[in-house]
Amino acid sequence: MKPTIPIVAEARRTLALCNVCGYCTGYCDVFAAAERRPALTDGDLAHLAHLCHNCRACHFACQYAPPHEFAINVPATLARLRFADYRAHAWPGAPSTGVLLALVLACLFGLPLLALLAIPSETLFATQRGPGAFYAVIPWSLMAWPAIFAFGAAALLIGAGVASFWRQAGGAGVATSKAGASRTQRMPGERSIAAALPQALADVATLRNLDGGGSGCNEREGRSARARRHAHHALFYGFLLCLASTVSAAFQHHFLGQPAPYPLFSFPVVLGSVGGIAMLAGIAGLARSKRRADPATNADENQPAEWLLLGTLAAVAGSGLILLALRETPAMGLLLALHLGSVLGLALSMPYGKFVHGFYRATALLRQAMERR
Amino acid sequence: MTEGAAGGTTTSSEPIDVLVIGGGIAGLCAAIEAAQAGAAVRLLEAAPYAWRGGNSRHSRNLRLAHEDETPWQPGRYSAAEFAAELRAAAGAASDAALTELLCSESAALASWLGSHGVAFQPTAGGLLPWSRKTAFFLGGGKAMVNSLYAAAAANGVAIDYECTVPSLRPDDGAARTRIDVAARSPAGERRFTAGAVVVASGGYPANRDWLRERWGEAADRFANRGSPYLRGELLRSLLAAGALPVGVPGDCHLVAVDARAPQDDAGIVSRVDGMPWGIVVDGDGRRFHDEGENLGPIRYSHWGQRIARHPGQRAWLLLDADAVNNLPPLLYPPLTAPTIGALAARIGIDADAMQATVDGYNAARRCDGSDDIKAASCPGLLPPRSRHAAPLGRPPFAAIPMQPGVSFTCFGVGVDQSARLLRADGGALPPAFPRVFAAGMIMAPAILGSAYLSGAALTISAVFGRIAGRNAAALARETH
Ligand SMILES: Cc1cc2nc3c(=O)[nH]c(=O)nc-3n(C[C@H](O)[C@H](O)[C@H](O)COP(=O)(O)OP(=O)(O)OC[C@H]3O[C@@H](n4cnc5c(N)ncnc54)[C@H](O)[C@@H]3O)c2cc1C
Ligand code: HEM
Ligand code: SF4
Ligand code: SF4
Repeated sequence: MKPTIPIVAEARRTLALCNVCGYCTGYCDVFAAAERRPALTDGDLAHLAHLCHNCRACHFACQYAPPHEFAINVPATLARLRFADYRAHAWPGAPSTGVLLALVLACLFGLPLLALLAIPSETLFATQRGPGAFYAVIPWSLMAWPAIFAFGAAALLIGAGVASFWRQAGGAGVATSKAGASRTQRMPGERSIAAALPQALADVATLRNLDGGGSGCNEREGRSARARRHAHHALFYGFLLCLASTVSAAFQHHFLGQPAPYPLFSFPVVLGSVGGIAMLAGIAGLARSKRRADPATNADENQPAEWLLLGTLAAVAGSGLILLALRETPAMGLLLALHLGSVLGLALSMPYGKFVHGFYRATALLRQAMERR
Repeated sequence: MTEGAAGGTTTSSEPIDVLVIGGGIAGLCAAIEAAQAGAAVRLLEAAPYAWRGGNSRHSRNLRLAHEDETPWQPGRYSAAEFAAELRAAAGAASDAALTELLCSESAALASWLGSHGVAFQPTAGGLLPWSRKTAFFLGGGKAMVNSLYAAAAANGVAIDYECTVPSLRPDDGAARTRIDVAARSPAGERRFTAGAVVVASGGYPANRDWLRERWGEAADRFANRGSPYLRGELLRSLLAAGALPVGVPGDCHLVAVDARAPQDDAGIVSRVDGMPWGIVVDGDGRRFHDEGENLGPIRYSHWGQRIARHPGQRAWLLLDADAVNNLPPLLYPPLTAPTIGALAARIGIDADAMQATVDGYNAARRCDGSDDIKAASCPGLLPPRSRHAAPLGRPPFAAIPMQPGVSFTCFGVGVDQSARLLRADGGALPPAFPRVFAAGMIMAPAILGSAYLSGAALTISAVFGRIAGRNAAALARETH
């Protein structure tokens, strides 16, 4: 067994006290799940950390929050553990946020720079119209293969990390660790993965655990709101729309023989522009709620990585929308390179940044749904 | 806002109708009611912001009568059933009229608290705990207190933290329509004048000097489970000024708590449970009470009283390796050792004496052929072990050090049905003081005596807080 890192010990101390206290059970799934795991093994704690949606309700309700000498801070502690866990499962290792930022910036500005150097300016700055306009500037194969490769690698890397988390948290067995156990027992599941899937998907789709027991997320004490959840929905569904846009474009390209760009009232453009605007609105909402949040409930050292994800997604959505707006101007070529750069940056940083939270969280929600009767 | 700062004294020039002293559930309910009745309200809280809310911060559930099922209480619990239980618990000490009033008013409390942002834990979803008789706060007492402070502020109540009222002359308002109040704050003395005052400063569990008058040196070894700001100086000054005493001086609700926990404010988590799974020994390594006597919820307070009354006020729960697995989650892991002798050395008890106690206990255990641990007893052992005699044989052995912890005190002042503070003996004077109301733990012994009924203390505090706030506002406005 690997030595216990300090944040794991702190999470164990915290949730052990919650298990004695029990006042917050009504806020979210974390507390009942912790009660089912009194031993709080490393795997148990990882599961609980990814199950926490960081709504902060329990912190403002905590009779043992600082300055009490027990100094309990569930959201900050679990946020720290989440990041530590992403890093622990990252292969081959976890680059620092500074390195990721450099990578994202290199892609974002490197591709336009490359375009300037490699593409004759009469092509790059020509006003292109009609089918195949994009590929006249950057050939399809140069666009598609690197993207397919980058996203494929990201999927493999994230999948490996999530699989390792799944095993660590108990594999297909569900709760419970007995007091004194060193790892979670594999027990016959109360529900199978298949039976639990609908519930898990609903929890992903609605972020049920982000509602603070009914009143919404807490940015600060006494101020709870549903805005954060709605902002995340906008970003999440906006992102899915953009994905759908890309898939429908690929479909039209390959099966209908219709290369991009597409008319304004086509699937790819409508999905992409609604999705992009939703993403930007969601990002703005999340950023706003982040700035308002009581810093006591944040894990400070994670802030750069959180802002980096917001920034990267904003670059993807923003550059996509600008490209759409200016696609019939001479700026199209460079903007296309910029947008592709942002997407490449997202794909390459994805397995090592906060983006993975969605996959870890979905996995934790699945396990939770298997345990719910 | 304030004027006349001279020699560290500031006098508030803002007109105050109702001044509330103490910001626990009672004071907050009073402040909100008074403000909603149109009064200008100011609330003075002794603690700084982070520690506001007194013992209400640590509470969890309140007892509410309800005719129909509610989202947080299944079944039905009539006001009559509530009153009967209170009478049975408190006996003759309880004021019948106040008890009736409390039980019938409790029925409207959940929706009123709810309208001020207090959330309860729904029974749906199968989360524990829930009960027919009590409703649990979603997030516990601190969440409730936070909601009520927010509601008070939203209703225009001015709130001052770190503002302690050490004494009050309750007759002050007799000849006039105002009453003067002086408070201590980090900025010096502050003076206020109000049309009426609601005293909601709680009990005195943090005042070991006062507890010593009854318990002697033993009081120094009591932990205070709740707020260190509950010193009771205001209660003392009201009693000295002729307020009617209720309850028994020095009586406390006590439970056994882990002696390693903080001596103030550890709240619910330091409570020790599991005595029937082992034996309880004192500092001499000897048992002093039947550990099988109570298995119900009353066991907590019985052990608190037993340890408080036993010389040294220290006790250790001894368990073997099997018994440890039956314990609920604990604040601190038990101290363990491979043998009873080594464990005795670890906890500073004479090893031979403790070994003899354990041997005597194990030798006396009889199961009478039954598998049911409840039926196992130790015939002939002294003190007796009537049932639930779990074996103490498998190492490692474990010990949990215990001391008494005070949850609340059972001595306060009397009020009438309008929550007006009563005189002990007014002679020709009216029975109540003219402009002073009292609510919360400071008057709860009028109903509870020295008894305990889960959730009742909080209900008393909220119901009489509301009554006091309404009546104080009416009085202050009448005599504007
Ligand atoms: C650990 C624990 C758990 C409990 N759980 C429950 C439960 O679940 N259900 C239940 O019914 N009861 C429970 N109780 C008892 C319950 O907390 C009290 O009965 C209730 O909180 C009393 O409310 P109150 O407003 O009268 O006093 P408090 O909530 O104690 O508030 C009094 C306030 O007055 C302030 N104050 C004191 N002196 C002065 C002064 N001189 N000047 C200005 N301000 C002053 C204090 O700082 C404090 O904020 C529990 C008690 C403890 C210790
Ligand atoms: C699988 C489903 C997902 C779940 C269950 C989920 C859940 C959550 C939760 C609970 C939070 C708030 C707590 C925190 O800050 O860590 C959060 C934050 C965030 N999510 Fe997701 N998410 C999912 C997918 C996504 C996707 C696909 C995106 C982007 C396209 C995304 C972008 C973000 C961002 C940017 C934040 C950070 C906001 C901030 O920094 O305050 N999420 N997510
Ligand atoms: S967060 Fe605090 S109040 Fe809530 S269960 Fe944990 S220890 Fe108790
Ligand atoms: S989801 Fe909210 S209530 Fe639940 S543990 Fe996380 S911060 Fe606390």
